[in-house]
Amino acid sequence: MSSSVVSVSHISKHFGNLIAVDDVSFDVVPQSTTALLGGNGAGKTTTLSMLLGLLLPTAGSISVFGVDMLRDRYRVLPRLNFSSPYVDLPRRLTVRENLTVYARLYGIIDIGARINALSEELQIGRFLKRPYGQLSAGEKTRVVLAKALLNEPELLLLDEPTASLDPDTADYVRGMLEAYRKRTGTTMLLASHNMSEVERLCDDVIMLRAGKLVDRGTPGQLLARYGRRNMEEVFIDIARERRLELAPDDQQAAKP
Amino acid sequence: MSVIAREHTGFVPSLRRVYALVLRHTYLLRSSGPRILELVYWPTVQMILWGFITVFLVGHSTWIAQASGVLLSGVLLWDVLFRSQLGVSLVFMEEMWSRNLGHLFVSPLRPFELGCALITMSLIRTLIGVGGAALIAIPLFQYSIFSLGLPLLAFFTNLIVMGWAIGLLVSGIVLRYGLGAESMAWIAIFAVQPISGVYYPIETLPVWLQYVAAILPSSHVFEGMRSVLFDHTFRVDLLLHAVLLNVAYLAAGFVSFLAFFKVARVRGQLLHVGE
Repeated sequence: MSSSVVSVSHISKHFGNLIAVDDVSFDVVPQSTTALLGGNGAGKTTTLSMLLGLLLPTAGSISVFGVDMLRDRYRVLPRLNFSSPYVDLPRRLTVRENLTVYARLYGIIDIGARINALSEELQIGRFLKRPYGQLSAGEKTRVVLAKALLNEPELLLLDEPTASLDPDTADYVRGMLEAYRKRTGTTMLLASHNMSEVERLCDDVIMLRAGKLVDRGTPGQLLARYGRRNMEEVFIDIARERRLELAPDDQQAAKP
Repeated sequence: MSVIAREHTGFVPSLRRVYALVLRHTYLLRSSGPRILELVYWPTVQMILWGFITVFLVGHSTWIAQASGVLLSGVLLWDVLFRSQLGVSLVFMEEMWSRNLGHLFVSPLRPFELGCALITMSLIRTLIGVGGAALIAIPLFQYSIFSLGLPLLAFFTNLIVMGWAIGLLVSGIVLRYGLGAESMAWIAIFAVQPISGVYYPIETLPVWLQYVAAILPSSHVFEGMRSVLFDHTFRVDLLLHAVLLNVAYLAAGFVSFLAFFKVARVRGQLLHVGE
């Protein structure tokens, strides 16, 4: 049995002539936070969608908790959850109604207690009775995160968790995710453009460019490998296909 | 301790998850008076229109005079078919309009359970809409469709099941082709209306079209309705035809919805819902 929470083996996704993801393989170890990094169109959201089973790969295999996601995803879905700025919640339902519906879908035992605990943790109590559609972007992000945490997922997939948030709210969300991981040991996989977020939250970074996995390492390893001071500069180097000549040891470490 | 209950992961649909989705649409319905009013509005307008046509024709048509409720029964039963199809399709499109499909299908909800929730909501919406119109017809035209007795239950059941089947097919098409195809939800069912014999006997149709009518459950239902109204006879043969056809229709509806769902997973349409 695999010790990885997520094991992705040679997945590709083609949309007609467009190759969105090209022969990507990686593992995610338990209780880690892994970032999928890359520019627009690098294949981050496509990869996440395939991990969630929302999108079927053209080739390759994906297992989560040792279960084949292409065959048996319903065995695994109760143990994971996700949030994305591209997926909304029903706008006319209040926040409490939305959370109640999803709590029932996930089979939460004590729905009221769970919603109260999350509303305290994410500070959403004051707008539980308001329709979701009337909330600000920051409030919506917190509600979607509450939905993503309803089932205390062992694997949390986050697509751009702080996109379109002001710096204060984004910092709050990052702090909350950090604390949550420390408390529960949840494994996280997040797609992001935000380099400070990646440096703060992630212990493993997977770099994608044009659908291919082009580099991988801890933020510290990547900074050293590219001779840069921050991940933003590393990101630009990779996006523009610049890289230092590596020593043999580093070349080995950099292999995807 | 886990916050979630242990549950089977087999093929049997989970009533809890079906109920969760029914609850989601009940919240939506009860939060909006105009939505409830709209459910009753069109069936009532149709009923009033055909009620007055009946009042006029009773004095001018011996056929109508024999069974004055034939047009009103026809329009109310037709609305059962139309509203049940629309109920499935609209409830599904609500999920697309609210860009909620991604969250739904990452939850343990299965497509088949979504289908079960859609048909449950369709039943609720149809009972509110057509039930309201049927009740208004009693004081307005002194006609109660409930006077059909037990056969009404058979007619209602067959028409609502046929509506579910077409609704599931339309929902699959909208999922596959995007919200640009949403007008299908309003127009698709009208393709079968002229062939169903809602307001006239099937023998009125050209012979070749009568063969087409024979494969529609609705045509057997409306023939059966006229048999009850004119001859005071419940035609079991027509009921059996309708039931057998509906079993095939409903299976085809679910299969097509699941097939379109699979295509949507291949094409990435669950996350990026649009035109």
